[in-house]
Amino acid sequence: MSFLEINDVHKRYGNVEVLRGINLNVEEHQVVCLIGPSGCGKSTLLRCINGLEDITGGEIRINDDRVSGPGVDVNRLRRDVGIVFQSFNLFPHMNVMDNLTLAPRQVLKMSKPEAEQRAFELLKRVRMDHKALSYPDQLSGGQQQRIAIARALAMEPMVMLLDEITSALDPELVSEVLNIVRELAQEGMTMLLATHEMGFAKEVSSKVCFLYNGVVHEEGAPEQIFSDPQNERTQQFLKSIIEAGRL
Amino acid sequence: MNDSARESRFRKPSIPPNVLPFSLVAVGLCALTVLICWAVLQFLRFTLEKNKIGSSLFDGIMILVGLIPLALFVPAIRGVREALQAQNALRQNDLITARVKTASSQSSSWFALGYGVFAVLTAIAVWFLITNDVAVGSTFFKMSLIFDKFGLVLKAFMTNVVIFCIAEVLILVWALVVAIARMIPGRAGQPIRLLATLYTDAFRGLPSIITIYLVGFGLPLTGLTDGLSSFLQAKFGIDDLTTLWAIIALTLTYGAYVAEVYRAGIESIHPSQFAAARSLGLSFTQTMRFVIVPQAVRRIIPPLLNDFIGLQKDTALVNVIGTIDAFNQSKMLASNYFNLSTVTIVAFLFVIITIPQARFVDRMLENDAKKTRGAR
Repeated sequence: MSFLEINDVHKRYGNVEVLRGINLNVEEHQVVCLIGPSGCGKSTLLRCINGLEDITGGEIRINDDRVSGPGVDVNRLRRDVGIVFQSFNLFPHMNVMDNLTLAPRQVLKMSKPEAEQRAFELLKRVRMDHKALSYPDQLSGGQQQRIAIARALAMEPMVMLLDEITSALDPELVSEVLNIVRELAQEGMTMLLATHEMGFAKEVSSKVCFLYNGVVHEEGAPEQIFSDPQNERTQQFLKSIIEAGRL
Repeated sequence: MNDSARESRFRKPSIPPNVLPFSLVAVGLCALTVLICWAVLQFLRFTLEKNKIGSSLFDGIMILVGLIPLALFVPAIRGVREALQAQNALRQNDLITARVKTASSQSSSWFALGYGVFAVLTAIAVWFLITNDVAVGSTFFKMSLIFDKFGLVLKAFMTNVVIFCIAEVLILVWALVVAIARMIPGRAGQPIRLLATLYTDAFRGLPSIITIYLVGFGLPLTGLTDGLSSFLQAKFGIDDLTTLWAIIALTLTYGAYVAEVYRAGIESIHPSQFAAARSLGLSFTQTMRFVIVPQAVRRIIPPLLNDFIGLQKDTALVNVIGTIDAFNQSKMLASNYFNLSTVTIVAFLFVIITIPQARFVDRMLENDAKKTRGAR
């Protein structure tokens, strides 16, 4: 039994089947990277795990508890599974502190001083404590994404899903966000991340999965996937990545 | 062939047009405007004398007013001067100065012409007021009547103010309930969605005057409200419930409009905000309350103000059920005195209350933008 089990998951939008039977296991304290071309289903898979999308077949289990299908307490599930989005999605009408304390106060019923105390610790951890009273639109993309990571961490999730969190950033801002993720990995946070940063995936991950057309085509240790891919599709994908100078 | 075409293009820079004739025409039209204004002033003086209210004070004021249109000649003549300077510069092959002067000459001439049109329209309005022996003026603007009855109409206007203030508060709450009912998710929410849709369809379609009429006359006729009226009479000594019916009718009508405004605002918030809030474990209600509605409200304030101004004006319709509001009061006075000047007071009051609201909303949105926006 793995910590997170994804068994034969299907997701269909009308006539388009985006996920066609995904099988994937994530152990506790593992960092698993999903790679693959755009539209292969990475983001959809992450949104399904978090319950933002209903799956149309298969099942998802966390800690041997089924977390997909009707009757699941999604609000409870989402406390345990944090997600960070490509486009940050901070709440623009709230300052940074309120962004971080909203869910702990409303969902975990934490008192205001306690929530703020913890939010402040998290802000220090992502090195944003000097911007606690700023509004999201006053921050750079990298800063906003660090806040978004802190906001997800404020719920003390058991697993973090990171959905191409550096794709919308200017190149010089990518490292500040990746440093945070690197630290989280070292602290033993279980993470599942969709990414186009191959170098980073190679460095932090315990396992890399290559998704193509809604199916996991190959999975394995990063050294094996990046230096000796077995699957033809994986080889093609990595070849074009190398040609683009991204690996 | 190709080469020569290219060369000739480089050799011929564009030469600014001669704007001297246009600027002269502008001066001529300005002179005509001044004459029209003077003619109307003369006519005004004649009318005043005929009504025996002419005096040397009025004459003095009129001479001063007659001097105002002469100001049109300042930009008009500047236009001519600059057109001449442009011609001069062109003769000395100073193309750049010629272009600058041509452009500013044109701008000056149009400026003079624009204010000329303004002056002519003002003169026509004055002529309209005083023509036919001040028929229009005395029908709509009989100052003695306006000053005499202003207090009475203003007092009746307070009824309008009470109606729209209470109705606005009720609408803000009621419309949000309807809007969220229309958007409630899931199969279990279907009957609620259906109810809310039926309500908005019905009350947006009904003309508000008919809703007011049906509620104001119909409800008391059914006898269902007898208990309420006797209770209010016994407890508070209120025996005229028409104001209450008016508030209810207007809340029902405008609640449907404002619900749609709310819904548009809520739907304009990007779904990623909803996803972000739900992904943190917030429920549908919490997401609406803390994330979606606060952002939506900021966006809908201008259309909301539109609907509220519409509501304020529609309080003038409550006279159909006999409420003594400003319009009803002024109509009574108008028929007593056979003069519409009291209605002018109502018109003036309605216009006057909307202007500060619009400015207030502009200021509020500006401050909010300053607070949350960065330097981008």
